[in-house]
Amino acid sequence: MVELVMPKNSRVQKGRHHPAPDGAKTVKTFKVYRYDPEGTENPRWDTYDVDVDACGPMVLDVLIHIKNTMDPGLAFRRSCREGVCGSCAMNIGGRNTLACTHGWSEVPGKDVQVSPLPSMPVLKDLIPDLTQFYAQYASIEPWLHTETPEPQKEWLQSPEDREKLDGLYECILCACCTTSCPSYWWNADKYLGPATLLQSYRWLIDSRDEATGERLDALEDPFKLYRCHTIMNCAQVCPKGLNPAKAIAEVKKMLVDRVV
Amino acid sequence: MVSYRTPLGRARGLGSAKHGASHWVSERVSAIALVPLTIWAIYGVLRLAAGDYGFAVHWVQSPLNATLAVITLAISFWHMHAGLRVVVEDYIHKTLTKTALLLLNLFICGLAGALAIFSILKVALDAGIPVGA
Repeated sequence: MVELVMPKNSRVQKGRHHPAPDGAKTVKTFKVYRYDPEGTENPRWDTYDVDVDACGPMVLDVLIHIKNTMDPGLAFRRSCREGVCGSCAMNIGGRNTLACTHGWSEVPGKDVQVSPLPSMPVLKDLIPDLTQFYAQYASIEPWLHTETPEPQKEWLQSPEDREKLDGLYECILCACCTTSCPSYWWNADKYLGPATLLQSYRWLIDSRDEATGERLDALEDPFKLYRCHTIMNCAQVCPKGLNPAKAIAEVKKMLVDRVV
Repeated sequence: MVSYRTPLGRARGLGSAKHGASHWVSERVSAIALVPLTIWAIYGVLRLAAGDYGFAVHWVQSPLNATLAVITLAISFWHMHAGLRVVVEDYIHKTLTKTALLLLNLFICGLAGALAIFSILKVALDAGIPVGA
């Protein structure tokens, strides 16, 4: 029933220390999670004393600086470095966010702790395996479903109906919300999680979509949808300032509208 | 064992149960109903605490008090069952343990609720208890 012993590899050891280069004036310590699942060692916390005058203001700038000058073995994902691609989502100072838009000076406490998104299998260091997350997103069929023959030009939508997609279309699928959700931690195999449910609502509320009923059928499930207990971590961590919890509440309201 | 099931196949799993909305509604409706009922129950207990045994019997025998007490107890145990069920579903993943706990929850809430309601009815309907005894 309850696992009293932590699974193998969950105990994080003390790691290596990388001192600051000589002549560094402002030094900030970064505590970074390191793990290679193909190796035999448990994960470890490596500490890097970074000369922050030599790099940019964001946590991603620091990570790139570490990789370039201190430890080329450090693995992390990054691409756009401006909060649009969602690649560099990780847990910084105990909070899921994007390394590229989060300044290291914003992190409270003495050291800045950086670890991969929680609850996901780790491929290496700060890189989580998001296969399940993407598969769950694919399972809601996130594209326009229509039966009416395609119009000559585009499917029309009024400005008012288009406005309903605001606060939903901006989602970059970085997985910060889903991996911050305790309900998802316990039931990731069945619960779809906040990001996927926000995207479900994005298609449910789209005035051009003709499969609203089927979409609701697919969501009405004690686990896929109703594991959401409005814990609200999703809304707190979303680096784009979206509110998945509200979108999920709207889906629940639509399901009630069907029966009363 | 290596599973060659595709990620999409795994994510879809057994598909949607196509229920859950009624459970969600009943949780909320019972919670709303319990707000006035609990206030009434606290008021009732305070009154009973101030009176003697005869007063208590008389109080329970009033049709309004008996009915409200039965409704309060029925909805409380119903609500308790619904809430505990969610806790078990959240945290217990082994099929056998989960099934056993879900049954235990149902049986204990059902038994406790039935006992409580029967006790109210026994006092309410038993005209043989002399008032003031």
